[in-house]
Amino acid sequence: MLKILKENKKQVFNLLLLFLFFYLLVMSYGASKYKPESVSELLNFTVWLNDWPKWLDLPLMNWINDWFKEFNEKYGIIFEVINNFLLGMVLGLKKILVKTPWPIVIILVTLLAYFSSGKKVGTTVFVFFCTFFIGFLHPRFWDKAIETTAIMLIGIFLCLIIGIPLGILISRSERFRNVLLPVLDTMQTIPSFCYLIPGIMLFGLGAVPAIIATFIYAVPPLVRLTDLGIRLVDKEVIEAADAFGASKKQKLLGVQLPLALPNIMQGINQCTMMALAMVVIASMIGTRGLGDEVLLGLQQLNVGRAAEAGIAIVLLAIVLDRITQAYGETLQERRAPAKKVKK
Amino acid sequence: MSKIEINNVYKIFGPKPHDVLEMVKSGSGKEEVLEKTGHTVGLDNVSLKIEEGETFVCMGLSGSGKSTLIRHLNRLIDPTDGEILVEGTNVMSLDTEKLIDFRRHKMSMVFQRFGLFPHKTVLQNVGYGLEMQGIEPEKRNSISMEKIEAVGLSGFENQFPSQLSGGMQQRVGLARALATDTDIMLMDEAFSALDPLIRSDMQKQLLDLQAQLKKTIVFITHDLDESLRLGDHIGILNAGKLVQVGTPVDIIMNPADDYVEAFVKDVNRAKVIKAKIIMKPVNEANGIDKSNLIKVQEDQFIEEFLPQVVCTNSNCEVVDKQGNTKGYITNKELQHSLTKS
Repeated sequence: MLKILKENKKQVFNLLLLFLFFYLLVMSYGASKYKPESVSELLNFTVWLNDWPKWLDLPLMNWINDWFKEFNEKYGIIFEVINNFLLGMVLGLKKILVKTPWPIVIILVTLLAYFSSGKKVGTTVFVFFCTFFIGFLHPRFWDKAIETTAIMLIGIFLCLIIGIPLGILISRSERFRNVLLPVLDTMQTIPSFCYLIPGIMLFGLGAVPAIIATFIYAVPPLVRLTDLGIRLVDKEVIEAADAFGASKKQKLLGVQLPLALPNIMQGINQCTMMALAMVVIASMIGTRGLGDEVLLGLQQLNVGRAAEAGIAIVLLAIVLDRITQAYGETLQERRAPAKKVKK
Repeated sequence: MSKIEINNVYKIFGPKPHDVLEMVKSGSGKEEVLEKTGHTVGLDNVSLKIEEGETFVCMGLSGSGKSTLIRHLNRLIDPTDGEILVEGTNVMSLDTEKLIDFRRHKMSMVFQRFGLFPHKTVLQNVGYGLEMQGIEPEKRNSISMEKIEAVGLSGFENQFPSQLSGGMQQRVGLARALATDTDIMLMDEAFSALDPLIRSDMQKQLLDLQAQLKKTIVFITHDLDESLRLGDHIGILNAGKLVQVGTPVDIIMNPADDYVEAFVKDVNRAKVIKAKIIMKPVNEANGIDKSNLIKVQEDQFIEEFLPQVVCTNSNCEVVDKQGNTKGYITNKELQHSLTKS
């Protein structure tokens, strides 16, 4: 019996799916409020062939609501802990950045750009002006931009510590990849409000659901690019590492990750950009920051205000993009310098 | 005991190799298996022995399974069936930890497209094997420098591989393999990606190094001239089957089947065959015109004394190192050995 199961795995799986389908049909019919009054109505095709019959309705909404309610009651305390932890991080970071006089922050950002770009003057000056213009557009924007940045940085931090290990995992296990890729697709395509609502219910309004939303939205490209980067490493180079007796860990840290780094940096860059895009949406659930300026402009039909805030977000994006991109490029250059003719 | 022994190794690529194994064992060919089951036969009942200190060249066209075979020796690929013994140890019996240890200390490898680490300098690349062996950086660097010098790359140690030409990169690969000082060196089409002049240069360098080091080298190539030049023994693979194993002369003089014959058809025999192979021994040499003789060392290739024979129209007397006459060569022997049959 077991042997038959094993040999026809696929058929058995399909059969199970079919059973599930019929189970759902019966269940939803049983739960439906609009059951036909008599069997004769069921047989009267003209009635239910024209419109989708009301009794053919999967009560997924009720199921999820019931489940979520119970889940919230049982495990709410865990989310409270996570909430306090993340909120503490955001507030701490924000406090430091807001309390620091703004010229010093600008100088620090400029210095960061200077060193991460490998001391390129052009990039540095560009980043300086972009940073300056965020506050210059509207004095109120400065603190808001810092708030946005704080939320984003925490979100990206979450992405890094979860996304990169996940990427490494799926680069190693075909099976795990097959499971995770559809999940990543779902995370990227599902409208963000769908998870913002449970986010609010679990974490309350404010910064934390925004961080969670940022994470869900921004982590897929990082996972994908980490996976891709590792799998794109030249097969012969991996064979060489194997042939000389590298252990799995030595191979990962010494060969695969360093060679995948350009791709991973690209992933971090994508992650940053997507996180910023999430900021405006997150403002709708009461997250403070540059996004709520856009929202205000929208509500008041104030084109100028929305545009000002929009530009400030773009500037912030440019600053972050330049810094992460430049760092990636510098790394690449240091590790594999452009070919020089040498005699 | 042979240094490396391969017994009845099968390798089948595909989702269910073990189900197909019986079919291959019962004698189905590569194409038949592919058509019926979608599995690719990589190696089909390969058995061979490689002795210590020799250069064994494994030759075949692309897809004949030669690269698959060499990867079985350090288990970059696991066989579907069969036994691989290195110094009497069954490689298949090693667990992960022992396998890593085995790869660190027993074998090193040179790759067709070099397989260098692009993010490491030449010095770090050469020292990689030593790093895996857990040798201190100072000692590692001094050994690496020595090997870099041995392959003639002094002054390039702090460059990155991308800054070097193909030939230089392969020298780095060679130095990396030499650095670990393993008994066995695997060379997978090591010189195939190089242009002809550099290839010939590298072959010479390998021969010189081998004369000093006496390692056991397994060399893969699709180039017959290369295999004749480097190999003490040559194994010819066709469609995963080992069709012939023998010395270069064996292969040329007695090709085992049409495939090998087609392979050796265009080879320059004068370059490969030595005087002692074709000479008539003294006791059979009756009625040879001995009035006009050229002295020839028994280890000389035909190519080396042929012009002289043609110019003076004389016969050859073959002598050994001590000067004793071992036999004679007349035009008849020359004609016989140089004619493509």
